[in-house]
Amino acid sequence: MKIRHTFSALAAAALLGLGSAQVAAADSIKVGTFLAVTGGASFLGDPELKTLQMYVDEVNAKGGVDGRMVELVHYDTGGRAKDAVKFAKRLIQKDKVDVIVGGSTSGSTLAVMPLVEKSRIPFISFAGAVKIIHPVQKWTFKTPHTDAMAAAKIFGDMQRRGITKVALISGSGGFGKSGRGQSLQLATQYGIKIVADESYGAKDTDMTAQLTKIRDTDAQAILNFGFGSGPAIVTKNVRQLGIELPLYQSHGVASKKYIELAGDAAEGVRLPAAALLVADQLPDSDPQKAVLLAYKSKFEAAHGPVSTFGGHAYDGLFIALEAIDRANSLDKEKVRDEIEKTNGFIGTAGIFNMSPSDHLGLGIDAFKMLEIRNGDWTIVR
Amino acid sequence: MLDQILQFLLTGVTVGATYALVALGFAIIYNASDVVNFAQGEFVMLGAMSTIALSAGDQGLPLWLAAICAVLLVILVGMLLQRFAIAPARGASVVTTIIITIGASIFLRGVALLLWGKDIFGMPHFSGEEPIQIGEATILPQNIWVMGGAALLVLGVHYFFNHTLNGKSILACSCNRTAANLVGINVGMMMLIAYGLSALLGSLAGILVAPITFTSYDAGVMLGLKGFSAAILGGMGNPMGAVAGGLLLGLIESLAAGLISSGYKDAIGFVILLLVLFFRPSGIFGKASAERV
Repeated sequence: MKIRHTFSALAAAALLGLGSAQVAAADSIKVGTFLAVTGGASFLGDPELKTLQMYVDEVNAKGGVDGRMVELVHYDTGGRAKDAVKFAKRLIQKDKVDVIVGGSTSGSTLAVMPLVEKSRIPFISFAGAVKIIHPVQKWTFKTPHTDAMAAAKIFGDMQRRGITKVALISGSGGFGKSGRGQSLQLATQYGIKIVADESYGAKDTDMTAQLTKIRDTDAQAILNFGFGSGPAIVTKNVRQLGIELPLYQSHGVASKKYIELAGDAAEGVRLPAAALLVADQLPDSDPQKAVLLAYKSKFEAAHGPVSTFGGHAYDGLFIALEAIDRANSLDKEKVRDEIEKTNGFIGTAGIFNMSPSDHLGLGIDAFKMLEIRNGDWTIVR
Repeated sequence: MLDQILQFLLTGVTVGATYALVALGFAIIYNASDVVNFAQGEFVMLGAMSTIALSAGDQGLPLWLAAICAVLLVILVGMLLQRFAIAPARGASVVTTIIITIGASIFLRGVALLLWGKDIFGMPHFSGEEPIQIGEATILPQNIWVMGGAALLVLGVHYFFNHTLNGKSILACSCNRTAANLVGINVGMMMLIAYGLSALLGSLAGILVAPITFTSYDAGVMLGLKGFSAAILGGMGNPMGAVAGGLLLGLIESLAAGLISSGYKDAIGFVILLLVLFFRPSGIFGKASAERV
């Protein structure tokens, strides 16, 4: 008798527990994220987290998604791939999140992908590498542009100007190396011959030796793939040596800091960049303009100058939430299918049209070709 | 081809002049106290960063005044480093003092990170950016500032050690600390002067090159490493050898990048350093330090 009593009590408790769990699930959408908020890659993770928090609050203030509140579960990886795997595991097994967004760096995203595929949970990454979406993995998506797209955009612009011989100079860091690889691969498709292939160290202070070599080739333009102070020094050295060739930079220097450092030498430099940089210069007919200005003013009101990295988090969060809205369920398989069907989503990086063979969904037109004139960006048309 | 080589040489001498100043700082402290001061690169960074910070904004000081204040500040940092980190560890092994200086360099970098963040900063050129034509090669007015400044400082250091009482006293301390003490030299004071002088050289080097190279909280790491290599190449403990080592390293790097491969220029520099150490363990001009033992 006594035993049966306990049993029924247990059963009731179990039922209650189950019931409350179901209510909670119906009530809130759990979005898990792991970002490099501190450490060397904090310039990525910091604006990403701020963006996520800002917009989760906004969505909840407006009544959530179909009446469901959004709950953000966040861990800071400090940019370490090992911690990213640990936290992803915790998000999946302990926090039981419905969808994961994040992974600021390519390293931590790539490290987490096998776990994501095995656990069958939708994952939208904010990292750059092409490897994340090529070859396509069933559960992994991403929102930022790739290096290959930047190289393609640059070569397309060169083609229009009738440039066929290009001198390449790249930084020896991960970004420069990857950009160099993509450029060498893509050049022939645009009928472009790479006539010089120079490099420099991340902390090098003078590139005139490499550029003197380039000056004596028959190159018609110079392309510099790099990050940090290197591209600004290259720009200054090019002008110092009196080289009149058009200079192209990559999206790695798409910030006001570059113009500030390179000064007058940056005049006439061209580079591909996300539209966020020139949001207010876009024509009113551009469908992205409203989204970009809204994001920019909201972020800048709360946290200071906007960066494209926070924009990737905006895109990832809303692609996930809209997919959940369309799926009308938190079933992981259904949500994944809906993310893959994302069509015409207007984000900060461009207009996303995903498909089973394309888990990024951005075209090369997502990049704008900019030219620096009078110390500011202008869109090349 | 000849024009190219002229450009490589000019580039090499400019870069080398920076290395030479950093190497000279290493050599002075090593000479005075047998300590390899791995915070030398941080002196360079602090000189440039505090000049930029002091001259920033509308209320900022004029550049020359900011530079003087920055140099005084870095000299103070150097002396504090000696007084509160190196001096208490007197009699400790070389490894211990090296670890102390590495710790100090990490500390200084951390302070700079907290104060100024991770951004890269530029500094205006002292006298314009109009390139000067030399044959087919070009240099910037700032390059002349760097080379001229380095030459003046090297001559000054040479004069200090050979023709002033304080300079000779520091050399005496390095030869035999106890004997120096016995003849009435204030050894503690001489050590302070040596660190102050080394900080002065570092900070001036930082200020001279910042318009060309930009600077950031971690700019000292690479410069410190290159300056250390240059000091080893020339012969640790021989100030003029360190200067020659710096110029040589700059030239090797520039010629290697221009004539062989820019991807391997650092590797080529270090291979030559290893070869020199293999055949002349005390460096190219290091005879004096070998005899001193």
